Amino acid sequence: MNILVVGLSHKTAPVEIREKVAFSPTAMADPLRKMLALESVSEALIVSTCNRVELYATSRDPERAIAQLRHFLAEFHGLDFDKIDEHLYDLRGEDAIRHVLRVSSSLDSMIIGEPQILGQIKTAYGYASEFKTAGLILNRFMHKAFSVAKRVRTETAIASNAVSVSFAAVELARKIFDKLENKTVMLIGAGEMCELAARHFINNGIAEVLVTNRTFSRAEKLAAEFNGRAVAFDNFQDQLHQADIVLSSTGAPGYVLEAKKLTEVIKLRRNKPMFIIDIAVPRDIEPKVNKIDNVYLYDVDDLQGVVQANMKERKKEADKAETIIEEEILQFYRWLSTLEVKPTIVSLRKKLEDLRQTEVQKTLSNLSADDKTAKSIDALTRAIINKILHQPTSILKDAQNSENGNIYIDAVRTLFDLPAPVAENPDPTDNPGSKN
Amino acid sequence: MSAHIILFKIVLICYLVATILYLIQVVGRKENLGKTARWVLLAGAIIQFITFITRFIQLGHTPVTTLHESLSFFAWCMVAFYLFFDLRYRLSVMGAFSSGLAVITMLGSGIAPNAVEPLNPALNSWWFPLHVTFAFLGNAAFALAFGAGIMYLLQDRMLKSKRFSTLYYRLPSLDTLDNINYRALSFGFPLMTLGIITGAAWAESVWGTYWSWDPKETWALMTWFVYAALLHGRMSIGWRGRRAAIFAIIGFACLLFTFLGANLFLNGMHTFDALIGKP
Repeated sequence: MNILVVGLSHKTAPVEIREKVAFSPTAMADPLRKMLALESVSEALIVSTCNRVELYATSRDPERAIAQLRHFLAEFHGLDFDKIDEHLYDLRGEDAIRHVLRVSSSLDSMIIGEPQILGQIKTAYGYASEFKTAGLILNRFMHKAFSVAKRVRTETAIASNAVSVSFAAVELARKIFDKLENKTVMLIGAGEMCELAARHFINNGIAEVLVTNRTFSRAEKLAAEFNGRAVAFDNFQDQLHQADIVLSSTGAPGYVLEAKKLTEVIKLRRNKPMFIIDIAVPRDIEPKVNKIDNVYLYDVDDLQGVVQANMKERKKEADKAETIIEEEILQFYRWLSTLEVKPTIVSLRKKLEDLRQTEVQKTLSNLSADDKTAKSIDALTRAIINKILHQPTSILKDAQNSENGNIYIDAVRTLFDLPAPVAENPDPTDNPGSKN
Repeated sequence: MSAHIILFKIVLICYLVATILYLIQVVGRKENLGKTARWVLLAGAIIQFITFITRFIQLGHTPVTTLHESLSFFAWCMVAFYLFFDLRYRLSVMGAFSSGLAVITMLGSGIAPNAVEPLNPALNSWWFPLHVTFAFLGNAAFALAFGAGIMYLLQDRMLKSKRFSTLYYRLPSLDTLDNINYRALSFGFPLMTLGIITGAAWAESVWGTYWSWDPKETWALMTWFVYAALLHGRMSIGWRGRRAAIFAIIGFACLLFTFLGANLFLNGMHTFDALIGKP
């Protein structure tokens, strides 16, 4: 049995193509059933997000299934096959497993470590199990993918550093103040950028908001929205010492705040640190301010720089995640290879034969029987085993070609507690599926 | 004596293992390792405490009279102080720093001659162990402030220059580091003051004079003034952050000189006999 992936993503297709092949989340039953109806496909699952559309399937005939799935994607959406063909990738065996694990761990995302993708894949799996298009292998596989994603999230710092400017500002504030719960933020200018950044701070527990603006009514309006206090623009500098964090984004052509004033403010604050974020272009705050002890001034470019540094850090963590995934692939492969028919029959036979021999030995040593009796007992027990095994063996052999065959194999392995064969070489060319 | 050396080595290994675990935790973000490190460190501290007791029974006086014993006791003070701090601040970086410093001190102690010599009668006073205990506990607190100070300067530099190395992500916030600095100072300063007072009382009981301006005493007083200035600055002028960090580092440098330099380079009544080979 082979796991297959056919699809396209932000890495291979522009948005104009992606939007055309996307599936509507409200109508997943139809495409899932049509996909399962393809004769080479045994199990089906569809992941459709704004960055990727992927079909996950299991099949005994990977070559054919891949071709059929490629065409299915075009036909279902009424598209010209040649138009999307060049954007599609297809993966099988180990590569497919690795791909799905990487996608759900957010290693293949546009922004590495972004948290949405796991939820989207969980939803996709939800549809597949609701409409019963996911079987034994996909069920097990998707749960594996979820647990791997969780492992990656807890064991690496892949998602722990902000990759958006406004969230980066919040994280910087935490590196300065540790806790934001008793801190005050002052907004200078009531622009949209300021508002967005302020909202991030408020969501992270800021205690008080002060708003100042040249047009006082605008300040009042925004202050009301944040449950804060409006301050007249003419005397905001006199209240500046109350602010631990300052967000500035006025449209003023010159500096709104100068280093000289801030030196006084810091004295008034008894050197308690201030974090000043200048999102305005041209800048509102005199850059020299950053030289004052206990004042940390960041402009838009600085924040971008932080985001870049965080991205780099995430990439480093992603390398750790890749190692985790390689481990997990090996483990999953071990399970997958237990679903092979031939080794299952062999180990079932061996198990019963071992049992038979020990029991025969036991009986004979107590019986002190002559040669002839011994031979008969041996023949008798052998015949019983063969008779018992006849039906299960032929069902397992048939199962090979039936859709739900893996269920029988899994059941036999569980019922008789058969050991998993060791998968020394989980190589796509040497896996159980491609032998069929 | 060999039992003492074996225990000494076990303690050293405990501290070393704890340091390594803390470092791995800091770099690799494995939460559990920090916990293990804490237990290993605690085990080391308990074993070391037992060796002090046995040595005390064996010698009949507090085992802090040779350089070997003093350094070993100082290492214990640092570990004990860190463990005490750890109750409030779970910071593996500080753990790595403190246990690492303890390892270095223990190595120094291991190199120093470990011979049991007849006790100098001047040391046979109840003031002496009190003096040493207070002084070393104070030093241990200042060592922690020193560590926090270095980390503060690094973190402050990265935040100001906006160039972030991996260290930025691993170090705690400025506020936390500044808090550690303050707390360590508010423990260390009274301890050091007590150390100086008990030392003076001891000197009076042995030599009949409270203060004799030997080089170590002079340096200790200077160190005391550095820390007094920092404490005063913090409490009444609102010193904090970078300035406080720099002061904590200067203070610790003075302290090291008082402790080691005064013994090695200057002559006076505080020198360890075993080290300079006085008869």
